Amino acid sequence: MLQTAIYIAFALTTAALIMNMWRMVKGPDLVDRIVALDTMYINTIALLILAGIYMASALFFEAALLIAMMGFVGTVALCKYLLRGNIIE
Amino acid sequence: MFVEVILSFLLVTGAAFAFIGSLGLAKLPDFYMRLHGPTKATTLGIGSMLGASVIYAATAEQTFTLHELLITIFLFITAPISAHLLAKAALFRGIEDTTGKVLENVITSHPEPDASQYPDLEDFDDDEDE
Repeated sequence: MLQTAIYIAFALTTAALIMNMWRMVKGPDLVDRIVALDTMYINTIALLILAGIYMASALFFEAALLIAMMGFVGTVALCKYLLRGNIIE
Repeated sequence: MFVEVILSFLLVTGAAFAFIGSLGLAKLPDFYMRLHGPTKATTLGIGSMLGASVIYAATAEQTFTLHELLITIFLFITAPISAHLLAKAALFRGIEDTTGKVLENVITSHPEPDASQYPDLEDFDDDEDE
């Protein structure tokens, strides 16, 4: 039962990642692409957590935490660049 | 068995929320609507999946850690901040909503000082030569 649930969750998260990819390629404006990239980071964390449960290993946790922190910093830096034309003033 | 039911429920609902958030990002008509899907639905979905991971580590591997809650708390704190910054950037760039209206001058990068707030000052010229 848990196995089936993990397979369903893998399928849904992969479909979500493909839709984010489509939005990032298509996105009419730059901010759409930034939102799509931010969502891709979050969905990648979901995929890593699922892999951790599926393979019963705690190795994926550090990668997930790093992606969470770097994703936030990247989004803030890109928004700051759009707002001020500069990242560190 | 009971734990397995809870785990399966948390995983499937979490993945469904993440999927619905990304569907909103892909299908909604304008940027300000599209911002809602990823920042709310996807964050709740990943929180649910991380809770499932905590329960799995506590029951299957007999090691109770709250590491995954660290990611959950971090995401729940940072998601509104990035959403706020993205909305601000979109307003600054003058992106239209579905009615074709552009909110102008809501965000200015370098706001002018408001003279009415400083009645004591005669003028706002920064030139020291005069």
